Amino acid sequence: MNEIFWAFGRASGIVSLGLFTLVLLLGIVSRSGRPLPGLPRFSVALLHRSTSLMALVFLVLHVSTLMLDPHAKLSLANAIVPFTAGWNPFWVGLGTVAFDLVIALVVTGLLRQRIGQRAFRAIHWCAYAMWPFAFAHALGSGTNAVDLWFQAYAWGCAGLVAVGAGWRLSANFAETSRARLGRI
Amino acid sequence: MSRAQLELHIDFTRCDGRGLCTEILPELLVRDDWGYPVGRGGRDIHVPDGLAGAAQDAVDLCPLQALMLRRVTRS
Repeated sequence: MNEIFWAFGRASGIVSLGLFTLVLLLGIVSRSGRPLPGLPRFSVALLHRSTSLMALVFLVLHVSTLMLDPHAKLSLANAIVPFTAGWNPFWVGLGTVAFDLVIALVVTGLLRQRIGQRAFRAIHWCAYAMWPFAFAHALGSGTNAVDLWFQAYAWGCAGLVAVGAGWRLSANFAETSRARLGRI
Repeated sequence: MSRAQLELHIDFTRCDGRGLCTEILPELLVRDDWGYPVGRGGRDIHVPDGLAGAAQDAVDLCPLQALMLRRVTRS
């Protein structure tokens, strides 16, 4: 029975990394104002939202199963306050930072209409900080971090994020950027 | 006789022309060359009852919260 929590805690963490990578990429596409093949702009926005909630579910499963696991012995305080875990406190703490940022992102995302655009946007920028924390946590405290398949998976996710971030910073990122520079 | 009518208001100090509203409400809005929404019938965008739901979706999904639905009474 004990092994089940440990195994599930690991698996849900691995799935979370992939889902948050997808969420980040969908957010970047959404910001570009461009549709995807077969997916209009509003669908990209909705997919970004629903994928982020699904990623949250896996993240909550990841944290809660490791709270039940007798080996990890994560307490509720450890899950919220970074760098307090008894086991591998630094690398687990990076995951806690990512978890806290996700909570802030989800709450402000759901309350966007109430808190106003300025506050929402300021906090939503934290998404770019959240991903590297999650990635470092996966490599630093993941039990499978030494396995080749895990390295390939994690660095594959990192590659996708790097491509997305590079595109985000490029001059013709926004759909309307060419037109607005007077080059219709 | 006066009648309350649903009207869509675009706050152009917020709008960035991302194009979600023009996808959701093609009956009411077109995009100009710079991507910004323009009412088909001019500045006042009246929303017929059949499009009220779609108009609310457009308001909720606008990434810059630049849209507003309101009831106006004109005599």
